[in-house]
Amino acid sequence: MPVALFWTFVVIMLAFGVMVVVFRNPVASALSLVVCFLGLAALYISLDAFFLGVIQILVYAGAVMVLFLFIIMLLDLKGEQRRSFNLIAVFGGVVVIVLFVKVLSDVCYGYQSGNAVFPAITHNAEHGDTWQVGMALFEQYKLPLQMIGTLIVVASVGAVLLSKRELK
Amino acid sequence: MATLNDYLLASGLLFTVGFAGVLLRRNLIVIFMALELMLNAANLSLVGFSRFHTQAGLPDYNAQVLVFFIITVAAAEVAVGLAVIVALYRAKQTTHIEDLNSLKF
Repeated sequence: MPVALFWTFVVIMLAFGVMVVVFRNPVASALSLVVCFLGLAALYISLDAFFLGVIQILVYAGAVMVLFLFIIMLLDLKGEQRRSFNLIAVFGGVVVIVLFVKVLSDVCYGYQSGNAVFPAITHNAEHGDTWQVGMALFEQYKLPLQMIGTLIVVASVGAVLLSKRELK
Repeated sequence: MATLNDYLLASGLLFTVGFAGVLLRRNLIVIFMALELMLNAANLSLVGFSRFHTQAGLPDYNAQVLVFFIITVAAAEVAVGLAVIVALYRAKQTTHIEDLNSLKF
């Protein structure tokens, strides 16, 4: 991927990520988050992780964000807009963020081996990215895969239970 | 070509944006979205490390499997978390975190 395209997607991702934080309307935040995840999926694809890019779009930009929008519209969130920011919280947050960016840039510029460009990939033509991830998943990670399946069953049963039962 | 440092910087900045959202916003659902941003920033750095750590001419697919697991767990977490928010809204009629202070000492 050319450098200009990489920075374009980074800027799209970060700009819409900032919009998630600054928009007052939760629906606008959720829709910005969809675009942010699309930019992130493009970055995955630029890293030759085609399977993860598609999964990112299907699972995050599709399923998870539909769930978010559904809950936002289910709950009536009008009261959020009339309140103002707490100034102390804003100040503390900005200080922490500035310090975090400082540490981050120090670490990144101090990490010399991170300046390497892409090592070449010598794929077999008939075995794509999805095949490789699938082989790793089903050969080396059989037990974690089962545990993830159980986790999803437990999570979905728990979600149904939580939203069905009246809280006393 | 973009280097690993560029990807790590993008990932760190995305994490910062999510962190800012958690610190600055007061709506529980928007805080939850900012948490998703931080989770995805970690995923981006993992995919970057996977691509730049080639083994026998292939990316390190162990990292990509880890990202796959993280995405799965995040989806389960969103389902449970939103169910908790709905239950909370039923009990308290609000998702504003300054109104949810019954656990405060």
